[in-house]
Amino acid sequence: MIEIFGIPSTALFGQLLLGLINGSFYALLSLGLAVIFGMLNIINFSHGAQYMMGAFAAFLLLQYLNVNYFVALVLAPLIVGFTGILVERLFLQWLYKLDHLYGLLLTFGLALIIEGVFRDLYGASGLPYRVPDALTGGQNLGFMFLPNYRAWVVGVSLVVCLATWFVIERTKLGSYLRAATENPTLVRAFGINVPRMITLTYGFGVGLAALAGVLAAPIYNVSPQMGGDLIIVVFAVVVIGGMGSIMGAIVTGFGLGIVEGLTKVFYPEASNTVIFVIMAIVLLIRPAGLFGRRA
Amino acid sequence: MERVADPMAVAARPKAARSETIAFLLMLAVIVVAPFFVYPVFLMKVLCFALFACAFNLLIGYGGLLSFGHALFFGWASYVAAHMAKVGVISLPYPAGWRLWGWLVIPLPPLSPELAILFGTAVAALLGLVAGWLAIRRQGIYFAMITLALAQMMFFFALQAKFTGGEDGIQAVPRGRLLGLIDLNDQLAMYAFVAVVFLAGFLLIYRIIHSPFGEVLKAIRENEARAISLGYKTEQYKLLAFVLSAALAGLAGATKTIVFQLASLTDVHWSMSGEVVLMTLVGGLGTVFGPVAGAVVIIGMQNYLASFGEWVTVIQGVIFVFCVLMFRRGVVGEIAHLLRIKL
Repeated sequence: MIEIFGIPSTALFGQLLLGLINGSFYALLSLGLAVIFGMLNIINFSHGAQYMMGAFAAFLLLQYLNVNYFVALVLAPLIVGFTGILVERLFLQWLYKLDHLYGLLLTFGLALIIEGVFRDLYGASGLPYRVPDALTGGQNLGFMFLPNYRAWVVGVSLVVCLATWFVIERTKLGSYLRAATENPTLVRAFGINVPRMITLTYGFGVGLAALAGVLAAPIYNVSPQMGGDLIIVVFAVVVIGGMGSIMGAIVTGFGLGIVEGLTKVFYPEASNTVIFVIMAIVLLIRPAGLFGRRA
Repeated sequence: MERVADPMAVAARPKAARSETIAFLLMLAVIVVAPFFVYPVFLMKVLCFALFACAFNLLIGYGGLLSFGHALFFGWASYVAAHMAKVGVISLPYPAGWRLWGWLVIPLPPLSPELAILFGTAVAALLGLVAGWLAIRRQGIYFAMITLALAQMMFFFALQAKFTGGEDGIQAVPRGRLLGLIDLNDQLAMYAFVAVVFLAGFLLIYRIIHSPFGEVLKAIRENEARAISLGYKTEQYKLLAFVLSAALAGLAGATKTIVFQLASLTDVHWSMSGEVVLMTLVGGLGTVFGPVAGAVVIIGMQNYLASFGEWVTVIQGVIFVFCVLMFRRGVVGEIAHLLRIKL
């Protein structure tokens, strides 16, 4: 058995991998929050509930329509993203001219509704979701055992994050988006349908949350409160990274996941709180966040 | 915030003060008469939450700062008060090496309820100083997220710390004798004490709002850049408002603990922070009496709809959405708007 700092390497790398997986979820969720905030100027408090909806969508698709995991990975974000579009059209669009805080309050209310309804329908205990057959088993890397599904989660979320970054920072569509974030009126004057872009952006951000939910379903149980506490950690991640930069959200998400994993090895009592402590330190040293621009 | 104060605030000054006096006397009369008609424990709960909501409103309604972590002060004050009333001995941890803690023990006897409450309030003020000092570094939405995150951190501390009793909480807290004289196990004596605490807190908040300090606070809410350019050190004003609000929220939490003889994780959980936001929103942000009305509505609703179980959360969510979309003035704000008075 190899030991590093007195910790068996399997435990160390095992926790690092767990951290990386949590980091994948942090990255996907904070990316969605950042994209939504950029366009709508709203902090989407129901992001955690929509992540939970993604997991439930996958679970229900399998249960009632026998839709397999890989199809659900595409279908669930589309379905939940569509509900997001409805939410934007029905509720959020009326808030843009008000203070940002009303958006936070409204989406908080939505989160209460969604989580309450799911808890009433499916109970508070978790429902199991099987790892798809193609991704069961694992690789023995010598220093640790790598379950295939976990490698898949990290891989998919990296690809999706980088693709999102590429679309926003490097394509024409992305340039419209960035322009509309800076000055929506001017972009409208060029004949671009900004309201529709805003609607689709919200749908996309929500879809990202749902995708994270589907990825999480086989690892954690599918349960109504899976998103509630997670979203608060993601808020701290967003405060640490600052919402100004897409790449910043991705890097901070993965980085903090790893830090959390390491804390579980070296100082387990602090693993729940380490991200909040880091947030406090970042606020002291660099109030605008690591990648943030001073407002 | 969008202008949460009513637009006639300046125009109707002298008349406004009278409407507030009348409303206050009405409230006083209700507080005096109510225990003879309504179950006093329910009333005490309403009063504690009304004070909590008023404290929260001081920050959002007059400073424009949305704290989503006020359960931190409410809950921790209730833990501290419960501990001081039941046990008394203070053990403060200090780092004594890697993953090792030394304990500084101050052997105090169990304290009388008023001292326990004061202890809780002081700790809440101290926590408010630290949390506020961190949170005022960012504005608007970030401020809300930071307070929420700090509260969540302290929730985990409460879960892990020994003195809080973890999932069990601190149970069977003695109500004790007020000043060593009045037995608070008597329901009406307890009610009178809670009513006095509430009224004192309420009047203090009223005084703060109408002091020069309060005026500057409102100026910061309306236009912080302008206030800075006028030479006000806005950060200091915001911090003081935060500490005051935290201390008063702590006073409410500590009092509630003595009434219910229980401090539990519910009081520090983020859903409690959400509830106080909801009360204030329903009653009317930035109105003096709004939070009180909001507390009556929400606590009453929880009480009468308790049999619906999970649906209470859903209903609260629906109220949130409804208030934000079409009822942003809240109950009291709407009444004040209709009658063209200040409340």
